[in-house]
Amino acid sequence: MTSMPGSAAPTGATTPRPADRRPVLRFTRAERWVHWATAGLMLVCLATAGCLYYPPLAELVGRRRLVVTLHVWCGVLLPVPLLLGLASRALRGDLSRLNRFAPYDREWLRAVRRRSYRRPAGKFNAGQKLYAAWTAGAVLVMVGTGLLMWFTRLAPLLWRTGATFVHDWLTVAIVVAVVGHLRQAAKDPEARRGLRTGRVDPGWAAREHTHWDYRAEQPAEAGPTGDTARGVACR
Amino acid sequence: MRAGPGDSPGHQDGPPVGRRVVLGMLGLGAAGVAAGPYLQRAVEGVTSKDPTGLSGLLPGGGGFRYYSVAGTVPARTAADYTLAIGGLVDRPATYRLADLQAMRQRRIVHDVQCVTGWRVPGTPFEGVPLADLLQAAGVRPEATAVSFGCFDGSYSESLTLDQARREDVLVALRMKDQPLGHEHGGPVRLYVAPMYFYKSAKWLDSITLTSTVQPGYWEHFGYDVDAWVGRSNGRDDAPTG
Repeated sequence: MTSMPGSAAPTGATTPRPADRRPVLRFTRAERWVHWATAGLMLVCLATAGCLYYPPLAELVGRRRLVVTLHVWCGVLLPVPLLLGLASRALRGDLSRLNRFAPYDREWLRAVRRRSYRRPAGKFNAGQKLYAAWTAGAVLVMVGTGLLMWFTRLAPLLWRTGATFVHDWLTVAIVVAVVGHLRQAAKDPEARRGLRTGRVDPGWAAREHTHWDYRAEQPAEAGPTGDTARGVACR
Repeated sequence: MRAGPGDSPGHQDGPPVGRRVVLGMLGLGAAGVAAGPYLQRAVEGVTSKDPTGLSGLLPGGGGFRYYSVAGTVPARTAADYTLAIGGLVDRPATYRLADLQAMRQRRIVHDVQCVTGWRVPGTPFEGVPLADLLQAAGVRPEATAVSFGCFDGSYSESLTLDQARREDVLVALRMKDQPLGHEHGGPVRLYVAPMYFYKSAKWLDSITLTSTVQPGYWEHFGYDVDAWVGRSNGRDDAPTG
């Protein structure tokens, strides 16, 4: 961190404070909305899948037609929040970040393999990038195979058998991936706060996302959080 | 400040790994659909020899799957179970479980084929031929079809009279040489050996002779009324017999 001379003086009303601990913006409202809508749809898909598939749950819940209807509609709606979110510039920016692998992402993956804690990352670390891309691909495959199973007259029987096979086994993989995702979230309250409130502690950002230049993209006016008290004192 | 350039949107370099992963998943998915039928057979080959039963938890692990259209299904036992036969018959009747057990029993060992794809090989069912019950009730000439009701309160099925009189259509009391358990539609279910398994209504409690075919529960949602295995519902499974 660069320190600014003279900033220790409390009367320097126009000078920003040196160790600025104000939370920094990580996710806009649109991005959070996309995340939680997708998460909700995914959880309904997984829960209803359990009720259709796992005999003890099937016997407990029954109501097969209702469960099927919920499952297929939540399934086809899964990509919709992200597609709507493309209207947001912030979300498009984050997608392009998730897409590209920088040299430090390879370093991050190596560090994970070696169980080292020096793990450099941009706004998203390599694990988050891979999870996002894998999940996006998996959702598309699930929607495609699901449609083949739903509209049974769309395709020849052999395709449908293959679609059922892929849909079933990919479900197992998705459950594993989602459980891993939730475990990672459970371990990191600040990451959860980022998705809940949109803002994170700058110390956390500097520690966990070393290559993320969050200062470059903060809103021109300081956000409302933690700002009021200082404003009163200075004006 | 350690944040370097290269992680702001629009100034990204490095290979597009994300896009490659998405496209890779799509490719794998398509390959899986193409290879699925063969892989499925391989999985079934392994799981059918599994003595532990753990493979029942795996996708396509074989065995029966529990489908119910109702929320909760009441349990009926020999003490309170009844089967009513009515409609266009001369002698409406109500049978208790013991009455059915006292009648001629027939045992059939066929595969069970579900319209959603799962198949259970060589499953013995045993019960009263439906034809015997129809004979006893005295079907009136104007009757052309049989409608079946269930004590889950929701499900229904139907057959034409000719189909109902086949020798491989049973009012089943036993499966795999055991009394029918509740989860398999016990104490009494319909068993229509040559048709997809949705025709074999679970928890059977009424048989009604009608002048026209009354489509059953799933048949209102696009399934075929004449549900011959391999010749209906757009499927070409091998016959169960």
